[in-house]
Amino acid sequence: MKRFLETINVRELLQPLAQMILFSLGSGAVLSVIVILLALLLDQTAAGQFLLERNKVTILTYTLVNLPQVVLDGLTIGFVYAAIALGYTMVYGVLEFINFAHSEIFAVGAFVGVEFLILLKSFEIIPATSLFMSYLWLIAAILAAMFVAGLLAVSVERIAYRPLRGAPRLVPLISAIGVSFFLQDAIRLIESLTTGQFHRIIPSFGNFDERLVFSKIALGASTIELGIQVKSIIVIVAAMLMLIGLNYLVNATKVGRAIRAVAQDRSTASLMGIDVNRIISLTFLIGGTLGGAAGVLYALKFTRIDPFVGFFPGLKAFTAAVLGGIGNLTGALLGGIVLGMLETFAGAYMSAFTMGAAGAEYKDIFAFSILILVLIFRPHGLMGENVTQKA
Amino acid sequence: MMLEIKNLHVYYGAIHALKGINFHVDEGEIVALIGANGAGKSTTLSTISGLLQPSQGNVTFRGEDITITPAEQTVQKGIVQVPEGRKIFATLTVMENLEMGAYTQRNKKQFQKDLENVFTIFPRLKERQNQLGGTFSGGEQQMLAMARALMSHPSMLLLDEPSMGLSPILVEQIFEIVQDINKQGTSILLVEQNAQMALSIADRAYVLETGEINLQGSAQEVLHNPMVIEAYLGGH
Ligand SMILES: Nc1ncnc2c1ncn2[C@@H]1O[C@H](COP(=O)(O)OP(=O)(O)O)[C@@H](O)[C@H]1O
Ligand SMILES: [Mg+2]
Repeated sequence: MKRFLETINVRELLQPLAQMILFSLGSGAVLSVIVILLALLLDQTAAGQFLLERNKVTILTYTLVNLPQVVLDGLTIGFVYAAIALGYTMVYGVLEFINFAHSEIFAVGAFVGVEFLILLKSFEIIPATSLFMSYLWLIAAILAAMFVAGLLAVSVERIAYRPLRGAPRLVPLISAIGVSFFLQDAIRLIESLTTGQFHRIIPSFGNFDERLVFSKIALGASTIELGIQVKSIIVIVAAMLMLIGLNYLVNATKVGRAIRAVAQDRSTASLMGIDVNRIISLTFLIGGTLGGAAGVLYALKFTRIDPFVGFFPGLKAFTAAVLGGIGNLTGALLGGIVLGMLETFAGAYMSAFTMGAAGAEYKDIFAFSILILVLIFRPHGLMGENVTQKA
Repeated sequence: MMLEIKNLHVYYGAIHALKGINFHVDEGEIVALIGANGAGKSTTLSTISGLLQPSQGNVTFRGEDITITPAEQTVQKGIVQVPEGRKIFATLTVMENLEMGAYTQRNKKQFQKDLENVFTIFPRLKERQNQLGGTFSGGEQQMLAMARALMSHPSMLLLDEPSMGLSPILVEQIFEIVQDINKQGTSILLVEQNAQMALSIADRAYVLETGEINLQGSAQEVLHNPMVIEAYLGGH
């Protein structure tokens, strides 16, 4: 045991943890300052009057009271985006190719996890178990999703991308889009064959839907509960564990070194004795398992999934990867957290700030405006300097 | 014969880069393969190491046909190529580069021995083992690339233009190291445009011109061949 501990590179475990905390606090703080300033400003305008008359609160009070909740929600979705973004970024790092089917790998993961839980429910294994068993079953569902999504990602690469290696860059990209449609329809077919419907609701079990309430705040006539849902904590913790694990694998193990070497220079890596095809498969396996797990976490958080569930999270995770600097693992983490935060802030405050003219449904504008702005002004992303160099 | 190349033909699409070349390297030798830019020297090395597949011909190493052995398995046979332009992993540290070189080495003790040996040959790498490879100068990168290759404990080293872009003093240093490595028992196939330097340390040499070997012999013979003097050694 002691020997085992000695061989663990503690620094590589702590560093991503520190980065996550830094990125979370940083983006949370910056956005908080922005909304507080905006609130102060808007309180002097018609928007402030409007809210004061209607709800008897100033925009500032409203903003401050909601802030902790918004930050927690932003983190939850941000970590889901980060986990998906890592799949895009890993594959891009190694192949310089955007795996547009990754969003459907995520969707398949979500369906596998949810179907697994539905199966358990049909055998009445859940929800009638102890809390401990509930957690074990949830973990089992996540593992099942990781397994299937990982294998699927590897197979997709073998069947649809590898034969096209060496073809012009657009060709595998089109193949990926084809795979994406194929998987969407495959999910739809399989799901509707059994029940006639192709959406699924994750069974409710355990204490995942409960809210831990820290305190209650009076806001005008009503009170606001300050708390966090158990499932949000699960999403954050699970995503953090995966991200730390991946970081460790890539930066502190032999196979991780091989992945980085292949990313940098495939033919020289093969001269070192590295089986490049195996490393590429492994990259898809890792991206797929992370995506599959993220799918179950997403289903846990948002409850309802359909065959197109991958589209928006996938596109946003891709945006996150580009924002952070595609090919860069830390960048994907940063991009995911920033994007999740930004979108949640927008969703929470746009309505109050615009007198209800532009509600939360417009929050996606922010994600995709960022994509366009980054592509125009900083195509290498926030952490672009560190993008793996190509020979 | 340790390494034997027979009637090797290699194409890049329609380009006939190697037109049936034959040569060999004996145990313990330094053999120079000299030729101008575009003659097919790199193509020859990459075909031996399995990065390229010939359309015809054979590569035999220690009696075993390795013609179609893929690159990642050639290392395990004991042949390692130091590619043209060094191709070190710029975003990996020196130590990580060396560890990549020893990728197929599963024996930890052997790894430590090889590492010590490499640090003895290249003391500067030891001091800078945590530095990123990309921050190195050309000469240091060449040393790192050679050190990385040695980490696989090879019996044959394929060197592709180690002198490229280096100052005369550095070239001299590198070639001394090549000789030292050879004295430790590693056979060497040395590809060079710098014919003078290559021939000064080689036992035998081949001259490659547009995919064909037009001259061969002991390094001394080749060095004094009028055609070589004219074409590669800048006349009289
Ligand atoms: N990847 C490639 N695609 C097409 N032609 C190539 C490629 N690599 C080399 N060649 C051609 O093959 C010939 C031999 O090249 P090379 O082996 O690199 O020569 P050398 O190493 O002696 O300078 C040249 O005519 C070169 O243009
Ligand atoms: Mg060359």
